[in-house]
Order: sequence, then structure tokens, then C-alpha cells
Amino acid sequence: MAAAAPAVEIPAPRDSAAAKIVRTVTRGPLHLALIAIGGLWLVPTIGLFITSILPASALASKGWWQVFSHPSTATWANYDALFHNSGLIQALKTTAYIAVGNTVLVVIIGAMAGYAFAWLDFPGRDWIFIGVIGLLVVPLQMALIPMFRLYNTFGLFDTWYGIALFHTAFGLPFAVFLLRNFFVGLPKDILESARIDGANEIVIFLRLILPLGLPAIASLAIFQFLWTWNDLLVALTFGQNTTPITVWIAGQLREFGTSIDIIAPASFISLVVPLCVFFAFQRYFVQGLLAGSVK
Amino acid sequence: MTAGGITAEPPIAAAPPPSAGPGRLGRYLTSAIFLAPALFMLGVWMVYPAVYTIIRSFFGQTGFFGHWVGIDNYKTLFTTSTLTTAIKNNAIWVAVVPALVTAIGLVFAVLTERVRWAVAFKTVVFLPMAISAFATGVTWRIMYQQDPGLGAVNALGKTISGVFSPAGVLSSASPSIPALQSKGGALVLKTATHPGGVALLGLTGIAPDQVPKSAVQAVQPAPKPGDVVGAVWRDFKPGGGKVGVLEKGEVGLPGVTVELRDASGKTLQSTKSKPDGSFDFSKVPAGTYHAAIGAQTFAKPFGGYAWLGPNLIVPSLLISYIWIWAGFAMVVIGAGLASMPRDVLEAARTDGATEWQTFRRVTVPLLMPVLSVVFVTMIINVLKVFDIVYALAPQSEYAKANVIALAMYFAAFQGGGNFGVGSAIAVFLFLLVIPVLALNIRRFKRES
Repeated sequence: MAAAAPAVEIPAPRDSAAAKIVRTVTRGPLHLALIAIGGLWLVPTIGLFITSILPASALASKGWWQVFSHPSTATWANYDALFHNSGLIQALKTTAYIAVGNTVLVVIIGAMAGYAFAWLDFPGRDWIFIGVIGLLVVPLQMALIPMFRLYNTFGLFDTWYGIALFHTAFGLPFAVFLLRNFFVGLPKDILESARIDGANEIVIFLRLILPLGLPAIASLAIFQFLWTWNDLLVALTFGQNTTPITVWIAGQLREFGTSIDIIAPASFISLVVPLCVFFAFQRYFVQGLLAGSVK
Repeated sequence: MTAGGITAEPPIAAAPPPSAGPGRLGRYLTSAIFLAPALFMLGVWMVYPAVYTIIRSFFGQTGFFGHWVGIDNYKTLFTTSTLTTAIKNNAIWVAVVPALVTAIGLVFAVLTERVRWAVAFKTVVFLPMAISAFATGVTWRIMYQQDPGLGAVNALGKTISGVFSPAGVLSSASPSIPALQSKGGALVLKTATHPGGVALLGLTGIAPDQVPKSAVQAVQPAPKPGDVVGAVWRDFKPGGGKVGVLEKGEVGLPGVTVELRDASGKTLQSTKSKPDGSFDFSKVPAGTYHAAIGAQTFAKPFGGYAWLGPNLIVPSLLISYIWIWAGFAMVVIGAGLASMPRDVLEAARTDGATEWQTFRRVTVPLLMPVLSVVFVTMIINVLKVFDIVYALAPQSEYAKANVIALAMYFAAFQGGGNFGVGSAIAVFLFLLVIPVLALNIRRFKRES
């Protein structure tokens, strides 16, 4: 009986004050466990941050947690030095170019194709769409060697746009998949009436599809941005002097102990941007994640 | 609809009906314009390279194509030890990570389901997802340092081991007189003593910073009738000093466990030395005894595990990787949990099922589709894992930590220069991923 009733509305008889107390007490361990786990999960990130504000000399003898007993050892000198390091500044710029360039390209090209697959009519549409989705399975390792050759031939090697274009291509199957599915669900009558009013497809695309598709586009953009910002392999392969931040730090890793005052703050800088993006657009991020578990 | 059903939602045919007429060609042209950039990029960056790589994998090391070698590159893949290690390691990754990540995600999702501050917890656990696998590698390299004074993981290990087997007060001391001999970790004074006697236990080889802080000038203990007295002291002062004599400038060693043993070696009494190093066993019956310093005094402190060394590097990588992806599993499974029919759960509870039974018999089966999506996604992810291995494993351990994607990169680039073997590894990876992804897509199709 109780199951059929809207369970939320009717307080069950066992919800007496005593039962509440018992429940709170018995759930104490649960809260403690969650706090402990959460703390454990935070430690590495906190550790990286604290390491980044300690001088290398302080880190040679004691762990980063020394800061809790000797707060005076903390210093912004590492960051100060890094912001005067032209290599790092250049790497950050390159990262931004690659991430933003790729995101813009994927959104535009992906939205155009998504619109075509959702609302335009042409022969073989379904088969081409299936073909595009099929490309989701191609791991980017399949393209490294041939594109390395091709990039050398066409002067794309060691350029930020070469790296951005590579990411764009590999981001497209997912982008088309995501956007086409979203666009197909848009109200048909709006589009129909726009067509009857004589709007051409380009106007419809710009004035209707893009604004209406914003939630999906936002998810896609955040994903693409984070993915390329965090990439290592593609930039490692196609960059030499044009390197994003990940590759720049990787170049320092060989001397981990002595370069820790560069590696730690640079790593932290590299993750501040994704973290901000993540916190600002968390909702879209999770949506995209739920939609894209195929990738 | 054939395979178009992959994508859920209105079937593809739901698009506007083609309004036949003169505008048809124009419409095709419009479609072509909208599609051209995507198809161009997919063609040049994905289709052409995929075909090229497959063909290239049957050719030799260098040149545009080199020479035909048949399946030799694939033979190399399965016979070279670094490459077989990579395959073996990837097998370990696949066996361990997807199951653990899914299980942890499920536990976290269920635990936080009815906690008010769940959002805070979820954000914290999900946070590593936004961080690059590369930065994660750097972060964990700091965590995994072997010296417990530097690496947090080993510091935790030291704290825990400190509870169960604490380090001795004097882990590096050695006897200063030959009569003090090592026996089962303890130092036993060979010279016998009696009630009313004095036992002098001199130690050296103690670094100045190892001397306990409370230590004061050692004092020659005065004999007491019926008692065995003595001193444990640092039998050394700047300049050396006389062996076996308590001199000015030599300090006592406090907190040392001193044992009184009988002739057979059985410990009868045990005490701790005072700040001046003196100790006193009172009311000792007549007989022959030996004074000894307990073995626990010299217990070595926990030195830390070599997490980044050859034996532990793979488990270390797995732990860090799980740290990243547990949040993903938690969020996806949490979404599944939120959309689960409440009344089914309520019904189970009303019928008297315990929390565990409800979880085991109702929640988990209902969540199965979501759990398998997470599981399969994780299989694909770990098959392609690269960044974290590159960043976390020291270069000296790459051979031990190797995975397929790393092997591919080093075979073809970074001095490897063997495009034939590199292509073969890429194709191998491709073949591994296809069935898993096909499985995923088929489920999507079935669900929709």
C-alpha cells in the first residue's frame, strides 16, 4: 500500500523523533567516512599547490606538509620566477591558441554537419552519418605516423594550428554525434515556419539552430577545450619548438628533484584554467559526460 | 531503420520531407556546403591515415613505405620483451581498473545519495577529472617519493607502521666495548653482574642529531645493595674520550629499554633509562645476571616503499589513475541512481528487505545498464592510456611501466624511428578498441 502512495509526502510512522536521533547517530560513521575519503581525494592537489609555493631548498629535506608547522617557508618566488620565464609564457600562449582554436573549429564545423544530418535532405545521409559515428573507434595513434609525414610535407609540423587541426578532426565524430542528436530534438514547427517565411538554410542555422542548440554546444565546447588543454600525446608528436604547457613541463621532468620549483608551480598553473572552466560550467560538463560516454 | 538507430531519439527519417521540385539541386548544394568542412577534415585526418597506417604496418622500418615485410612487424610486437611487457601491463590495467573504478563509483554514488552535503563531496572527488592526466602524473610523483620525510604516501605508511612497530630510540648505535655483544637484535653485556653490581652499557656510532633531546651529562651510578644498577650512555665526546668510562662531556641515553636477563638469557625485569642514562633494577635475588639493551631500541625506522621503483610502478600508476576516474564513475552512476524508480526501492523496504538486500537485489540490477556503460568506457580509456604513464613513471622505469600507447610512441618517435612497428602497434590498439566500442554502441541502440 505504502509503495503506491506518494512516499515523499506522507511521513512514515517510524520517522519519530527518537528514530531520527537513532538515524543521525548511526549515520555518523557514514559522514566521517565521507569526510575522510574527501580529504584523501584532496590531498594530492593540495600537496601539489603547497609544493609549488615552497623553495626547492626547503623541499630537499622535508615534505611539503612542513608548511603547516613553518608557514614562513611559503613564498611566491617560484611563481614570480615563472612569470618571468619566457619559455613558460610562450607555452601558455601556445596552449591557449591550440585549445581555443580547436574549440571554435569543432563547434562551427560540428554544428554545420550536425545541422545537415538533422534537418537537411540529401541522398545517402543516413549512411554518411553512420560512417562519421563509426570513426569514433579510430584511436588517434592510427593517425600519428601518416600525419607526421604529411605535416612535414605541408609545413604544418611544429605549428599551433597543425596541432589544433589534428584535435579538431578527432573531436568531430563526437561533436557531430552530440549536436545532431540535440538538433533533431528541436521543435520542428519553428524551423518549418522559418522556411515558409523564406529564410534560407544559412539564416536558419545562424539565427535559430545555434541559439537553440546552445546547451549542447556549451557541453561540447567545454569538453573540447579541456581535452586539448590537457593533451600531451598530440603536442608531443607534432610540436618541437611550438609546445603547449604539458610538453614544456615534460621537458623538465628529467630532473625532477632539482627542477621541482619549476615543475610544481607550472603544473599548478596548467591546471588552474581547466579547474576554473570546470567550476564555471560544471553543469554542462556533467551533461556532456553523460551524453558522451561512448567516446 | 538499420544502424541509424544507434543514436536514439527521433529516427533519422523524421527530417523534413523532401519537397520535390526545382529547388532540389540547390538543397543538395546547401547540404554539401554544410557538410564539406567536416567531411574534408575526417577524410584527411582520419580515413586516409587509418588506411595508410594499416598498409604501412606491413612494410619495413624507414622510407615512405620501405620494403614489404609481411607480418614481421606484428611478430616483433609479440616477441620483443618491452612490447610484450606493454601488452601484459595493459592486460593488468584492463583487469583491474574498470572493475575497481566502477565499484568505487557505485559505492560513492550510493553513500552520497542521501547525504545533504553530497554536492561538496562529489565536487571534490570529481575534481581530478578536470586536471590533465599529465599534471596528475606530476602530482603523484610528489606524493610517491620514497623518503617518508618527502613523499606523503610513505609518510602515511610511516605513521601507520609507527603505531604497530615503532622505530627504536637509537636505530644506528653500536656497542663501544667488546663485552657488549649483539644477540638476536639486542645487545647483551657478556660480563656477568650480581645484586649490588654496576653494569655499564656504552654505545657509540650515534650521530649528534640522533641523541635524544632530553639527554644530560651521564653519571657513574653508585652501587646499591640488592639492586643491579648501571647506565646507558654515549661513550663518545668531541675528541674521542676513554672507552668504557663515563667522562665529563658524555651524555646519558634516556628512554632506552634495559633488560635484566638470567644466565639462560630469559628476561626477568625491564626498565627505561633516565635522562642521565642511569637505570636501576631493584630487589634482585642473589644470582648471576646479564644486563642487556632490548632489541626494540635499535629497530630501524620505516624507510618507505619505492613506489616508483620497478616492482611497484604499475600498482602506483593504477592507484593514480583510479584517483582520476572514480569521480567520473560516481557522477554517471549517481545520475542513473537519481533516475531510478523510487517506488521499487520503497516497495522492497516496505517488504522488510534490509538495506543490503535492497542494494544487492534491487539497486544493482536496476543500475546494470549504467554500470556496464561505465565499465566499457573505462576499458576503452585504459587501452589508450598514455599521459599518466609518461608523466608519472621515471624514464628509467618506462620498460617496466610500458603500455601499448607508450610503446607505440617510442617505437615510432623519440629516437625509435621505426614506422613499421609503430604502425603495427597502432593497428593492434585499433583492433582491441573496436569490439569494445561496438559493444557500447550496440547497447545504445538497444536502449533507444
